[in-house]
Amino acid sequence: MSSDLSDLYQEVVLEHSKRPRNYRVVEGHNREAAGHNPLCGDQLSVTLKVEGDVIRDIGFQGQGCAISKASASLMTGAVKDKTRAEAEALFERVHKLVTEGPEGVDVDALGKLAVLSGVSEFPARVKCASLAWHTLRAALEGRGEAVSTE
Amino acid sequence: MSGFDVQKVRADFPILRQEVRGRPLVYLDSAATSQKPQAVIDSIVRFYQHDNANVHRGVHVLSERATEAYEGARETVRRFINARDAKEIIFVRGTTEAINLVAQTYGRKHLGPGNEVLITHIEHHANIVPWRMLCEQTGAVLKVIPVDERGELKLDAVDALMTERTRILAVTHVSNALGTVVPVKELTRRAHAKGIPVLVDGAQAVTHFPVDVQDLGCDFYAFSGHKMFGPTGIGVLYGRLERLEPLPPYQGGGDMILSVTMEKVTYNRVPHRFEAGTPDLAGAVGLAAAIEYLEALGMANVAAHDQELLAYATKALESVPGLRIVGTAREKSAVLSFLLEDIHPHDVGTILDREGICIRTGHHCAQPVMQYFKVPATSRASLALYNTTEDVDALVRGLHKVLEVFK
Ligand SMILES: Cc1ncc(COP(=O)(O)O)c(C=O)c1O
Repeated sequence: MSSDLSDLYQEVVLEHSKRPRNYRVVEGHNREAAGHNPLCGDQLSVTLKVEGDVIRDIGFQGQGCAISKASASLMTGAVKDKTRAEAEALFERVHKLVTEGPEGVDVDALGKLAVLSGVSEFPARVKCASLAWHTLRAALEGRGEAVSTE
Repeated sequence: MSGFDVQKVRADFPILRQEVRGRPLVYLDSAATSQKPQAVIDSIVRFYQHDNANVHRGVHVLSERATEAYEGARETVRRFINARDAKEIIFVRGTTEAINLVAQTYGRKHLGPGNEVLITHIEHHANIVPWRMLCEQTGAVLKVIPVDERGELKLDAVDALMTERTRILAVTHVSNALGTVVPVKELTRRAHAKGIPVLVDGAQAVTHFPVDVQDLGCDFYAFSGHKMFGPTGIGVLYGRLERLEPLPPYQGGGDMILSVTMEKVTYNRVPHRFEAGTPDLAGAVGLAAAIEYLEALGMANVAAHDQELLAYATKALESVPGLRIVGTAREKSAVLSFLLEDIHPHDVGTILDREGICIRTGHHCAQPVMQYFKVPATSRASLALYNTTEDVDALVRGLHKVLEVFK
């Protein structure tokens, strides 16, 4: 496999895409949003239980490619028990990572999400990696309607 | 393959002579757009170097030459699809504009509340959305001929769907997502028996086999230059003269009028009435060159090559473990939509791309087809006259790579 490809489809990415975490509707959720990537038909929904300013629980469901599923799965792990501002800051970092690559990004602060760094070599796949995050943002802002990557 | 030398054909297409990502380019996305032979590229360069001027306006020599080239292209298109009269050939931007033109002229004139437009479940969005818009504008209703699990139309449902309320049948000749070849001649016969005019979307047909609009009997036939080895920006609407003549104009502007005062406009005759503004002259010249290229090869030879390659590719793909072909019509064109295990087509496309193999992934602008087959997307390899069995073999090797990544 070329090194670009092995950077993109890292073990952790493949593993999360096959066995996504928090793949469920959160019981008693008080926020939700649907996201859609019209280019490839990917769709996912995010449900949240927010208490005060803190994301107490998060789940996602939907269909998409390995990158979008893995990104969603990793995201749910990363933002649980985080404040809105923390989640937002994480999104900024992830976005920079998948568009520009690891340089200039505090990779340590990203934890497991760092495995998404390979995406930056594949501009056509950036939207796959960010769909879940856009959807999370919409849910946090109380915009329940479908968001679109276009 | 049957008096057709594919290696010689390949040599006519300069773009194919390149490596991408360190490997020979394997182009399997001709249903999205085709590559151009040197003869087409040269014709456009020659036009701009020697003959360029506006048409139908100047008295000078260049305008005469440009007009001759443009009207000559119209005659070439007429011959290619065996229309009766060059006036039946309207130059447009592509299939999409051709269909919008019919919807907004014929459709606006003839449809009202309670009337029906009949389309099929396997249409490209270009043959759905203009009709949806027309229905919203006029209060007409959209009806749909259903599809079966092979991707063939359910022909026994057709007669009940053609009613005294039906004002037009708009149907694709070949499905871009499934490859299904639709029996449009038979459908036209049935529609005409009930007095219903027929528009055929030929975007995926004219590149693969001979098309004779008089033999089909349809009223309108639409196609795009860029899918048939010609340039982008040019396409054709064929309309039977007796259908076109009573129609109101589409867009207003220069060239489509006979006289203009501030009180009254007299519209030009067919086909100029439908060609407002300066047309894509170089595009028409390039399209004519593409047609001459196809005629020199012989469309019957092209059809034989494409069918042999389709049979080879079908067998080859079926040998890939976990691969399922979507669209298995008995009469099929050289398009292969498929799913590989539960790997998303987007991932398949990315991995093949790194092998230098270009395929299309997604819904192929045919979301109702995807909804019917209950998949969000497919991978699609589409074959053309310059593709070889080696291209297919490379695809199969690439798919094994995909399986390796996801094992
Ligand atoms: C069957 C079919 N109809 C219509 C179109 C639209 O053609 P264009 O984009 O050239 O107008 C396409 C192109 O993808 C097609 O495959």
